[in-house]
Amino acid sequence: MQEELFLPLPKEDAPERMVRPSTTYWQDAWRRLRENRGATVGLVVIALICLFAIVGPYFSPYSYSDQSLIRANRPPSKANWLGTDNLGRDIATRLMYGARISLAIGVFASLINLTIGVVYGGIAGFFGGQVDNVMMRVVDILYGIPSLLYIILLMVVLGPGFGNILIAIGLTEWLSMARIVRGQILAMRGQDFALAARCLGASRWRILFRHLIPNSVGPIIVTATLTIPQAIFLEAFLSFIGLGVSAPMASWGVLASDGLAGIRSYPWQLLAPAFAISITMLAFNFLGDGLRDALDPRLRS
Amino acid sequence: MKTRLVSLVLALVLVIGGIAGAERAAEQVIRFNLGTEPETLDPAKSTGVPEARIELNVFEGLTRLDADDLPQPAIAEKWEISEDGLRYVFHLRKSSWSNGDPVTAHDFEYAWKRALAPETASQYAYQLFYIKNGEAYNAGEVTDPNLVGVKALDDYTLEVELEAPTGYFLSLVAFPTLMPVNRKVVEADPNGWFMKPETYVGNGPFKVTKWVHNSYMELEKNDLYWDADSVIVDKLVATLIESEDTELVMFETDQLDITHTVSRPEIPRLKKEGLLKVTPNLGTYYYIFNCKAEPLDDVRVRKALSMAIDRQAVTEYVTRAGEIPALAWVPPGIPDAEPGAEFREVGGDMLEENVEKAKALLAEAGYPDGKGFPTLTILYNTMEMHKAIAEVIQEFWKKNLNIDVRLNNQEWGVYLNSRDEGDFQVARAGWVGDYIDPMTFMDMHVKDGGNNDSNWSDPEHDRLIELAKTSNDPAVRMKAMHEAEAIILEQLPIMPIYYYVEPFLEKDYIKDVIYSSLGFIDFKNAWVAKH
Amino acid sequence: MGRYIVRRLLSMLLVLWVIATVTFVLMNLVPGGPFASEKPLPEAIKRNIEARYRLNDPFWKRYIDYMGNILRWDLGPSFKYEGRTVNDIINSGFPVSAVLGVTSVALALLLGIPAGILAALKQNKWPDTLAMLAATIGVSVPSFIMATFLMYIFAYKLRWLPAALWGRPSQVILPALALAGFPAAFFARLTRASMLEVLGEDFIRTAYAKGLSTPAVIARHALKCALIPVFSYLGPLLAQIMTGSFVIEKIFAIPGLGQHYVTSIYNRDYTVILGVTVFYSILLVTLNFLVDLGYVLLDPRIKLAEPSS
Repeated sequence: MQEELFLPLPKEDAPERMVRPSTTYWQDAWRRLRENRGATVGLVVIALICLFAIVGPYFSPYSYSDQSLIRANRPPSKANWLGTDNLGRDIATRLMYGARISLAIGVFASLINLTIGVVYGGIAGFFGGQVDNVMMRVVDILYGIPSLLYIILLMVVLGPGFGNILIAIGLTEWLSMARIVRGQILAMRGQDFALAARCLGASRWRILFRHLIPNSVGPIIVTATLTIPQAIFLEAFLSFIGLGVSAPMASWGVLASDGLAGIRSYPWQLLAPAFAISITMLAFNFLGDGLRDALDPRLRS
Repeated sequence: MKTRLVSLVLALVLVIGGIAGAERAAEQVIRFNLGTEPETLDPAKSTGVPEARIELNVFEGLTRLDADDLPQPAIAEKWEISEDGLRYVFHLRKSSWSNGDPVTAHDFEYAWKRALAPETASQYAYQLFYIKNGEAYNAGEVTDPNLVGVKALDDYTLEVELEAPTGYFLSLVAFPTLMPVNRKVVEADPNGWFMKPETYVGNGPFKVTKWVHNSYMELEKNDLYWDADSVIVDKLVATLIESEDTELVMFETDQLDITHTVSRPEIPRLKKEGLLKVTPNLGTYYYIFNCKAEPLDDVRVRKALSMAIDRQAVTEYVTRAGEIPALAWVPPGIPDAEPGAEFREVGGDMLEENVEKAKALLAEAGYPDGKGFPTLTILYNTMEMHKAIAEVIQEFWKKNLNIDVRLNNQEWGVYLNSRDEGDFQVARAGWVGDYIDPMTFMDMHVKDGGNNDSNWSDPEHDRLIELAKTSNDPAVRMKAMHEAEAIILEQLPIMPIYYYVEPFLEKDYIKDVIYSSLGFIDFKNAWVAKH
Repeated sequence: MGRYIVRRLLSMLLVLWVIATVTFVLMNLVPGGPFASEKPLPEAIKRNIEARYRLNDPFWKRYIDYMGNILRWDLGPSFKYEGRTVNDIINSGFPVSAVLGVTSVALALLLGIPAGILAALKQNKWPDTLAMLAATIGVSVPSFIMATFLMYIFAYKLRWLPAALWGRPSQVILPALALAGFPAAFFARLTRASMLEVLGEDFIRTAYAKGLSTPAVIARHALKCALIPVFSYLGPLLAQIMTGSFVIEKIFAIPGLGQHYVTSIYNRDYTVILGVTVFYSILLVTLNFLVDLGYVLLDPRIKLAEPSS
């Protein structure tokens, strides 16, 4: 293809008259998101979970660390509606505190995905050639180096702490997204609508961010929501190494991992955090699907 | 009336049957879970319990430990000990290797010198440092192997000279590091002879016939073992399953007959169902105080901390398998000087738990009601049980002394490094005995000792340990060690929490397996009853 | 295309070198050593061991030794498992992990893709809801919880299947299912999402307009494009899952390669760390390369070599 074919036409001075107030892409998306029933349900559930995490502890008679050894491993009851753990702590209260950590980590990981992952993969796929080769080989390198090694090193250098979990997650959690977005962009950049936009004089960045990425929004959102449970359990693993939040505070992932050992005798110790994670995931998926529909440029009316 | 008579007769028959012993099953196979892949099955080099569990059934040393952990004649039929306790002469029975070669005194001499040789680089060589020049030879200070105090006087007489009188030497020779090896086989493939069933030649009741790495091993009866007539089991299957949960499922669904490392949360249920068995284990779970770090450099603070916890609660609610609250350092199960006496019983409990006294001590140290006391950090390596114990102790210190405690867990390698470098305030630790004598616990707190991580030392304590190490008089030795233990528990560089036990599951039809308090398992006389 | 492939192969070698070097540096920075234990060794013994395993050689010398080993594909002895070489560990572990991995990826594709297509075609109707509900649970429940559940139900309660170990076909089922759960759910969601996108495209409308039946449109036109995201993820997934899963192998006592990636690091078993990392990386870059070539087959409009114009 020859470059001349794509020279933009000179812009006309007098634009056509608007027939109705213009709405931007994002305004439009927000309106459609509000109208989507699934997305609304998802949002409400997420809001409720956040409320549970933030306000819940103030209404609980227990703290996450209050032990009562004689009441250890009690099944759900009036006093402890989700039962107690191995040291007689109230599981419901521990879930509330755990939600703070796990939600924050899940959301953070999604954001990392949606920013670093999408932009990185988008650029690699769009520019292709040597740029793509170099950028994707960097991703290969990050995939290849055993993450456990640098996680242990991070632990040694930084010690335990919430911020340090975020660093570890930020380092690893965007790689799959980058590969998926890059594949999508690679496939779409030669398609008609991209060429059309180019003909109309759109800049490369505009094509990438306004045309190509919105057109891959489905896989992007699926991957981003999927990161949430992955990050929640990655955090449990980081806690295991010693990088996480120190006991007796425990995230959902840690609660679930700890509960697993007693699955036969005290199933509620596993089921409570597992349900919490699943419900959160369902809500994020509903929201994600709604977002997908809202952001899909073809569905714009 | 008649039916009652019948049932009475029936009951009688059952009782008699029970006394006479249940009948043997036709298939004599025992499936037990070894747990982890053995790091090596070369007895000179192995250090762990899983390895020893295989080696003790494949090899036999000069002695073999009985059900009470006492050494009984094995390859050595009899022995003489010199007056000063420094020279042993062992008379060996005629026996053979699993490849038919005779087992001779030369095999022992070769095996022991090989374990000590610097180029072998055995981690457990120190099990042989009791032998004259053993340590010097290992360190390269003595290069002539002939100077090492072990010598075959002829094919069936072995002479051993020791550095110092060692009362427990006869049980040491039952341990893996001191097992004989077949020179011909070892020299043919020094680094791999133990990997293949064909070359893994032993002299014990069983021989390895299959080893699928990270999965399972099979051992079969060794017909050439000198006492093969008393070996009943034909085959042992040792699975290498690391998940506690999986081994429990396999036990309960009859895919395994014996398992160890019982999943803690399941212990109450297994107890209730009568499945749980417990065997003593020579070990103490404790916390190390870094005696150089403020405020732990004050003995009153250490005492207050030790007095303010409830060890009974830890064993009852957290560990749950029947562990014994440790109110002293050396665990029960070790004989004292007097025949029949037991070191722990003689020494008695030496620590006190008393919250009021603890508060008073803390106030005396300058922290009334915990005021001004800096935040303490407990370091532990990541494990569910260590975490639970640390959480409970954190709560005791908070509640009873009003001290803020932070918990810090680290991955095993990092944790060991922190401990070694003294980079901690309070650290979780465990010590398991290498042999059945108080010394295996007592010699670790000496100044500059490799295992002394508390930065504490006391000249009088060190003098007593030295005395105990050089004396040939059991009464003097034990007295010195009791006194040294009293010093440790007065100064508290460490805080004992509980004495280990080993919970395990064993099907009722498995009979006469010997579980040693050192963690060993002996299947020599085991058998399977009809079921 | 030929030039692209040559260039790509060269850059893959560079990637492997960087991974090996960074891993070597990192593992030497991590505190602890292969012979550390709660019972520290006497000095003399420590010296003997360090001499035997050449742990005291200068950093650069060990680096050159290790790189030489990799080039000769003679990865050296394990520090932890006496008598086993890294090559032995890979040769015996990889086939097991690969069988399990390929089985579970196949399972995941067979379950996930049809479910995703069905869900997209019946968008917002009950098959969609059902499939996506299952998929959500699939991604929320990590493999180690799934494995415990499956074992609890099929080995403990129902006693249909053996709980663990490896060798018989019946022993593959539970671990393969546990491993397949997450990718199957992810595939289902990815397929549904991109299918919905593709179904809105002009060429699909054209195909329908030509009078093609739905199955024909899906098979001939839509699926190819819709599978691109699945395909993109397949490279790293296959590399990961074929080299084994630490938790699954632990839970089911499977003698695969996966456990060595983690335990070698816990053990500070340096030769094994480096060996298995390089092995995994070779697989990874090769599969990613094949995936890239596959894009072109899947969609002829995709050009890899061409710089953007």
